[in-house]
Amino acid sequence: MNENVLAKLKILAESAKYDVSCSSSGTVRSNKPGTLGNTVGGWGICHSFAEDGRCISLLKIMLTNYCIYDCAYCINRRSNDLPRATFSVSELVELTMEFYRRNYIEGLFLSSGVVRNPDYTMERLVRVAKDLRQVHRFNGYIHLKSIPGASRELVNEAGLYADRLSVNVEIPKEENLKLLAPEKDHQSVFAPMKYIQQGVLESKEERQKFRHAPRFAPAGQSTQVIVGATSESDKDILFLSSALYGRPTMKRVYYSGYVSVNTYDKRLPALKQPPLVRENRLYQADWLLRFYQFKVDEIVDDAYPDLDLEIDPKLSWALRHPEQFPVDINKADYEMLLRVPGVGVKSAKLIVASRRFSRLGFYELKKIGVVMKKAQYFITCKELPLQMQTVNELSPQRVRSLLLPKPKKKVDERQLRFDF
Amino acid sequence: MNIFVYDKSFDGLLTAVFDAYFRKTFPDDLLSEGDALPLFYDELHTVVTDEEKAGRVWRRLQKKVSVSALGCLTQSWLSELPEVGMLIFRYIRKAIDSPRSIETNFGDPDVLRLAQIWKKVDGERVHLMQFVRFQKAADGTFFAAFEPQYNALPLTVHHFKDRFADQKWIIYDMKRRYGFYYDLQEVTTISFDDDSRESHLITGMLDESLMDKDEKLFQQLWKTYFKAICIKERMNPRKHRQDMPVRYWKYLTEKQKECLIL
Repeated sequence: MNENVLAKLKILAESAKYDVSCSSSGTVRSNKPGTLGNTVGGWGICHSFAEDGRCISLLKIMLTNYCIYDCAYCINRRSNDLPRATFSVSELVELTMEFYRRNYIEGLFLSSGVVRNPDYTMERLVRVAKDLRQVHRFNGYIHLKSIPGASRELVNEAGLYADRLSVNVEIPKEENLKLLAPEKDHQSVFAPMKYIQQGVLESKEERQKFRHAPRFAPAGQSTQVIVGATSESDKDILFLSSALYGRPTMKRVYYSGYVSVNTYDKRLPALKQPPLVRENRLYQADWLLRFYQFKVDEIVDDAYPDLDLEIDPKLSWALRHPEQFPVDINKADYEMLLRVPGVGVKSAKLIVASRRFSRLGFYELKKIGVVMKKAQYFITCKELPLQMQTVNELSPQRVRSLLLPKPKKKVDERQLRFDF
Repeated sequence: MNIFVYDKSFDGLLTAVFDAYFRKTFPDDLLSEGDALPLFYDELHTVVTDEEKAGRVWRRLQKKVSVSALGCLTQSWLSELPEVGMLIFRYIRKAIDSPRSIETNFGDPDVLRLAQIWKKVDGERVHLMQFVRFQKAADGTFFAAFEPQYNALPLTVHHFKDRFADQKWIIYDMKRRYGFYYDLQEVTTISFDDDSRESHLITGMLDESLMDKDEKLFQQLWKTYFKAICIKERMNPRKHRQDMPVRYWKYLTEKQKECLIL
């Protein structure tokens, strides 16, 4: 460990930061004697937050940022002029262990540029994970990137050491991928995904027979799509995510607003700012798919291929379907409560639990945490203030205009101003 | 107006419940010894903490609410908020008087408020797990200082003991002047003298003479990493402060001022 490592750490962290996956959840594994660390499962722990507001849970780092590929959307593409570095296995292992001991991180998120060929690279990633687990008895979280095109044997070995594996789809439509990364195709991404899925399912079956059979990537797999680099509509993206969630081991699809890392390439849009609002709306739609029992074609369809940027997808659905409302808070079933704008999973559960004791009114709902500003147009309950009108009495357009965020006033009108 | 005075302990609170049922008078306010009494009151009862009475109330409560609700009660007690004593008192009274468990009746203001306080304390427990930062001392002990808003440190001991099972550590609550020490076998409560002038008991940062030889380097590495991982195009200082409130920055390694050496 010396200052050399400091420079490498800087280069390789900067190369790794565009991967948005950060979670350290999905595995509960308590400490075993002689090992360091545990994983808490459930939520995982975020140890710090960078100034861009993203959490730092795992040591997100690349083994090397040399790469043989030239994918236009990637900062580490072959043709890009940026400082390159490579960690040795021992350096990376020590860094992980020492950071972990100081409670800086939950574990390691290891990715790599492709050097020589996918198998060679994958083998080195697996070596790091193996060293951590077997030599240093590290029991924390490990997230490994599976290199597109890596062989099945290596993915299978990786699954034994890692908690989560991931392969990034990056570009939802194959023709666009071909356009930006001529050396890649969807096959090289979906094949390792399939290996991971089979590995997890086989190990699950095995463990039903033998209690001590090894676990395979117990936290499943995740993937990422880049938003705004190519011409896909939100419909294309969400239909892909929904199909991926339909598979048994896919836990998360991340959406990464494209940060302009390639300013001279004509194939890519020149964005001043990453499309943060669109990214946010996609995550909201993703949550609707995973926690609110929405079907993907309810959120986007041919008539509405893109999400509304001004209002959230649930409100947008509710305004398109005024016939479903108003919902009686004291009678409606849980599934319907979840669909009311302003009611989240937590408040829906609290409502279901509390209404067995007494009928709930405006005041109780507010206390429970329902966003009444939104919900008031879509519900009936014990007592609503008199002037309240539902979406049917007003009209969806009127409700929409009432709920739009007010433009911020630049000038304070109460203050007298002089122009000098 | 009835006033009960108790010693601000949890057992004292349970004894107060026992006394109230025994005397058939229920307090309108609970005060601790030494608090200023209100101008007008009808009756003043001083609660003498009695473990047996407290135990009887607790066992009665066990029959009335679930284990998780009991955990919620004890955890909210750690919030040390001034109103929490009276709140728990009313909660226990309602639980005992009600024919069925009241714990999910969030339409009741006391039940809801207690659940909210519990959530706050639990949030502080999570903050501890997130933001405790160890520094390695020359003798191999890992030292961390922290100032939790609520007294949530005891709730995290199990987690830290499990996670850092093969290293000695100290986590010290600077505000309440006590902490926990793990010696590879078990965890003990410790507290340093209040008039100790050791700098790490004032600033929370180990003096360089006490540090392990690589400690400075790893702190530097972590700070470098913290800066490098941020995407400049996505700067969002508001979210940054929201998720990592400024009150914790004092003891966070990555938020310490840059040292000039190295």
